[in-house]
Amino acid sequence: MSSGDLLHVVTNDNISDGRKRLGRMLIWGSASLLLFVALMQTMQVLGWRDFGFANWRPTLYAYVGWAIALCWAQVLIRGEAGKRVLFVLPAALFVISLTVFPLLFGLLIAFSDWNLSNPDGRTFNGLDNVRQMWGDPFYWNAMLNMVWYTLAIILEYAIAFGLALLLNAQIRARKFFRVAFLLPLMLSPVAVSWMIGKSMLEVRFGPISRLARWLGWDNPSFFGSPELAKLTIMLMDAWTFIPFMMIMILAGLQAIPKELTEAAKVDGATGWKAFWEITFPLMLPVSITAILIRIIFKLKLADIVINVTAGGPGGATDTVTSFIFREYRDRSNVGYGTLLAMVYLVAIIIFMTVLMKFADRYARPRT
Amino acid sequence: MTTQIFHDSAADLAPRRRGTLGKVGIYTVLILWAFICLFPIYWTATTSFKIAPNVMQGAMIPWVDYAPDWKGWRAIGLSPDTIGTDSTVRDEFLKRFGNSAIISLSASVLAVALGSLAAYGLSRFSYKWAWMKNNDISFFFLSQLILPPVVLALPFLVLYREVDLLDSRTGLILLYALSVLPIVIWIMKDQFAGIPTELEEAALVDGLSIWGAFLTIILPIALPGMVAAFILSLVLTWNEYFFAALLTSTHATTLPVMVASQTGSQGISWWSMAAISFAAILPLIVIGIVLERYIIKGMAAGAVK
Repeated sequence: MSSGDLLHVVTNDNISDGRKRLGRMLIWGSASLLLFVALMQTMQVLGWRDFGFANWRPTLYAYVGWAIALCWAQVLIRGEAGKRVLFVLPAALFVISLTVFPLLFGLLIAFSDWNLSNPDGRTFNGLDNVRQMWGDPFYWNAMLNMVWYTLAIILEYAIAFGLALLLNAQIRARKFFRVAFLLPLMLSPVAVSWMIGKSMLEVRFGPISRLARWLGWDNPSFFGSPELAKLTIMLMDAWTFIPFMMIMILAGLQAIPKELTEAAKVDGATGWKAFWEITFPLMLPVSITAILIRIIFKLKLADIVINVTAGGPGGATDTVTSFIFREYRDRSNVGYGTLLAMVYLVAIIIFMTVLMKFADRYARPRT
Repeated sequence: MTTQIFHDSAADLAPRRRGTLGKVGIYTVLILWAFICLFPIYWTATTSFKIAPNVMQGAMIPWVDYAPDWKGWRAIGLSPDTIGTDSTVRDEFLKRFGNSAIISLSASVLAVALGSLAAYGLSRFSYKWAWMKNNDISFFFLSQLILPPVVLALPFLVLYREVDLLDSRTGLILLYALSVLPIVIWIMKDQFAGIPTELEEAALVDGLSIWGAFLTIILPIALPGMVAAFILSLVLTWNEYFFAALLTSTHATTLPVMVASQTGSQGISWWSMAAISFAAILPLIVIGIVLERYIIKGMAAGAVK
């Protein structure tokens, strides 16, 4: 892949010097315009001179102008090769400007004391936020909760695999079941948290509470004790996301060549044995992909927690995201919240890198 | 067709009996799980037609347990008798519905456009930018997936305030497009990898440019994949709550924020909450049923290599 293009294009580009010069002028012209506008705005912010800007929009427009000029100039300067760059460049510019800049800016915020309700604005406070984080039991509690939530994926995976096996069997009305199983994924977490968390788990007359009472649990309160509350959140999240893993595994199952399973049958492998010796090992790469993606989604879990329990009781259901959300919502503490988010990001990156290294080793089919 | 005469020896019957038993087991589990999946939707739909006593009694089946009433839908101005009259709640609901629709559609279009181009480029040409080769660039795009929304949320809050994009549709569209872009690229790379390069080569020989070949030959072939990516983005952006809750207040608010904000404010009026929730999830249920094929195609991309 890396050596040479898959698609060979032979063109004779005769790009005149004038055209090249025009392209370079475009880039540098728009860049200097951007610099000029940004400089003017900075001067206004510093109070040197008032140009009458209401906000930083002009700089934004100048930036967009520069980005467009950069793309256009690629074609002018490099001809056919530039046209190829044009496929990837817009997306790359889009992602870089929307993630890299905010992340750098976020680093700046993370090391400052900035409460949006504070009229003084941002003040740099060095490592104070780090010290505060170190002694914040609720943050570490939220981190620990994430470990529990992530571990729940093992069970979700088992259920999803079972359902996928059933859907892959010779059954009638397969399409109906597939659609029915898929629907939870389509619903918004907010609606789910209302439908299930608030309505069906209502202590007095929610259908699930009534079922629990009928089964002999006198006083069903699903968010009463910390363990139970955590379990309930896990179940609701599992309800929404099991279809996702199920579909991926189902796709993997259907890609297994028929000959393999038939050969196994001829050799006398049936039932469990066929599953453990043939299907499961063959499905390992797909399984690992599904679990990795599921972990990524799980680490973003917040909507349900914010809307159902708001982290309660006593932070037992808090995820890192919902904790930071409340840190901002209740205390508008931007500086501290950003530091927590940054630490979380670093933790995620380390965790995912280690995980992917391990996954890489195990994903190779056994021979 | 050969007719078998002796079916009834023990050896013949045993596996088949286990087969029927297994069948019953399979269908029991399937139906049970289908029930688990569908019941909350059913519950929400029926609750929107209940009045207070019905809710308290925990009535289940309309017309049998209770008489359906339009109360919930009347509260949001969408029942048959209030549809012609003025209703502030309905205006609010429709405004947010419109916002949600505009934001999720534009974000998905933007993401699919940018993502398809990038995926096509990465699957056909080799790039080198600084130390980054094709695989690194792909990894750069896909790695955005692990970026949790909180990390971006607060910097964006401050940045958007500075450029006056807070509480605007444009702001949300950009962010949503960013958040689904990795998924689109993932799906589309898989899609383009399955299209033989001979097609473009033939087109190039016939005198089309690269972009001409891409637009007229490859895009129509890759259309199912694009639809899959589009639908998946649509679902994800329609449901997005976190950014919408942080970055909007009055103008650009979306439907999930409305659903969430109703819960605590005025006691709980189950019927109207159910009506709003149901109205909010209805488009997705329809999409799920009608376009199930594409959603599954989208999610299965990359699962099978």
